[in-house]
Amino acid sequence: MTTDSVPKPAAFQLDPTQLQRDYGSPRIVFGLIMTGVSILFMVLALIPLGLVLYYVTIEGGSKLSWDLFVALPPPPLVEGGGFGNALVGTIIMVAIGAAISVPVGVMAAIYLAEFGTGKIADWVRFANKVLSGVPSIIVGVFAYAVLVVTFRTYSAWAGGFAMAILMLPTIIASTDEALKLVPQEVRQASVGIGANDYQTVLRVVLPAAVPAIVTGVTLAVARAAGETAPLIFTALFTQFWPNWSNWLLEPTASLSVMVYNFAIVPFENQQEMAFAGSFVLVFFVLLTSVAARLATARRVY
Amino acid sequence: MADEQAIFPDSEPVIDVENWNVYYGDFLALKGIFLKVPKNKVTAFIGPSGCGKSTLLRCFNRLNDLIPIFRAEGRMTYHDQDLYASDVDPVQVRRRIGMVFQKPNPFPKSIYDNIAYGARVNGYQGDMDELVERSLRQAALWEEVKDKLKQSGTAISGGQQQRLCIARTVAVQPDVVLMDEPCASLDPISTLKVEELIHQLKENYTIIIVTHNMQQASRVADLTAFFNVQVVDGKRQGYLAEVDRTEVIFQNPKEEATQQYVSGRFG
Ligand SMILES: Nc1ncnc2c1ncn2[C@@H]1O[C@H](COP(=O)(O)OP(=O)(O)OP(=O)(O)O)[C@@H](O)[C@H]1O
Ligand SMILES: [Mg+2]
Repeated sequence: MTTDSVPKPAAFQLDPTQLQRDYGSPRIVFGLIMTGVSILFMVLALIPLGLVLYYVTIEGGSKLSWDLFVALPPPPLVEGGGFGNALVGTIIMVAIGAAISVPVGVMAAIYLAEFGTGKIADWVRFANKVLSGVPSIIVGVFAYAVLVVTFRTYSAWAGGFAMAILMLPTIIASTDEALKLVPQEVRQASVGIGANDYQTVLRVVLPAAVPAIVTGVTLAVARAAGETAPLIFTALFTQFWPNWSNWLLEPTASLSVMVYNFAIVPFENQQEMAFAGSFVLVFFVLLTSVAARLATARRVY
Repeated sequence: MADEQAIFPDSEPVIDVENWNVYYGDFLALKGIFLKVPKNKVTAFIGPSGCGKSTLLRCFNRLNDLIPIFRAEGRMTYHDQDLYASDVDPVQVRRRIGMVFQKPNPFPKSIYDNIAYGARVNGYQGDMDELVERSLRQAALWEEVKDKLKQSGTAISGGQQQRLCIARTVAVQPDVVLMDEPCASLDPISTLKVEELIHQLKENYTIIIVTHNMQQASRVADLTAFFNVQVVDGKRQGYLAEVDRTEVIFQNPKEEATQQYVSGRFG
């Protein structure tokens, strides 16, 4: 071979006895500096989360009591009370939102991932991206125009509807991704033993994607639960419990709006409840995110 | 080209292919295939990579329908019915012509449900436990998995997975079983088990198997079809070069290329 006769370039002439790290070499120094810089920025990025958790824990965690979760908000200048109605209201509206957006979102994603071909699916995906970028206050105004104006009342339904719209893009996108992760071979295997398309999707593909779908749904729920703007236009707030006898067709309290209302009033008891409410909200979001991670850990593909 | 009718005169053809062309978009992948697949026999497809063996195999159960750019011309019949007639339901075709894939692809379900799934989607009403056991026994897998039927079908060895996939296919008792390099990811012992299985299945099924293993083809096949690639106008297109009894293909083929391929002196 002619290549044998070409002399080795200087850069490739290595001393076989020198395997130690050379801290003088510019390459090593550059690597160390870059590692340091990226650690620094990683810490910077974590600081806000740490501070928020620290602040709400100090300010809100210390005020926690059983009463907070079961009692009604007090009038100004009265001690005690709680935000039981806001907690129940948030749960109701998140449940309404999920009950609408999960079936719609999962079915839409099944269409996109399994049946949608070419242009239409691409457009739907694009529209979904646009929807996820719509500010939540606009979603609130939309729900206001559609439900509040039509039924002439603020209601938990309008709030849940707004939340559904907020959850929808996340659920569609994450389910779409989850379904696409299921290998094509498994679909062919199912089709190959005489299953039709819907049997294949519902009995093989969807079950395999469930952990990832659960993750997406949980994150969507966590995000929507903390939203304030859309609820101000749709559910408003009230000092009272959600009214089932009136089919929830009344203003309904929620944690986020409670925090918003009480944080800006000059009464100390109310401010403390706003902090306690923030604490509960933040830890709800944290817990659901952790739950989502756990669900993902059991993923099939 | 040999007249296959004369190769196995006492065996009626299950699948009959006449002047079959396959296109992927503009690309002519297979050209002018004539083939009769005899009943209750094993037919092997051999030939160099990319000559269209899998393509033809997947035409038989209309699995290529899932590929948008796929298009075919010619006539392909199964028990004298046109497989590609507009009123034919591919689901009905696949129910009768089952398939085992090159890569083991068990469902992410329990071993039991892997087998039961096909039976359920096809409306099977009988004793499911019995069906699962019988299918697993047929695939020579029962002894290895009988204590862990509830475990996931994806959590067993590759060879066991492949036999599970075979059990899954025979569980719905198709008429024809297509196998695309079923032993490609198996060790020699599992390979032998699959070959024994093929011998048994031949009693009741018609089998078409794609293989790159010449010994395997000579061991299991009654009929062997040699596919080759020809370059026309700079494009590679697959065609069926020779088809005959396996002994003839391996010992006394008519075509020069067949002789070279089966003796390993190809290309
Ligand atoms: N989905 C597809 N889209 C476009 N072209 C394809 C597709 N599948 C196969 N082909 C082409 O068709 C030709 C035949 O492919 P095929 O997979 O049938 O070959 P094969 O004989 O099975 O090869 P191998 O032995 O490597 O599996 C090849 O040129 C391949 O590139
Ligand atoms: Mg192939």
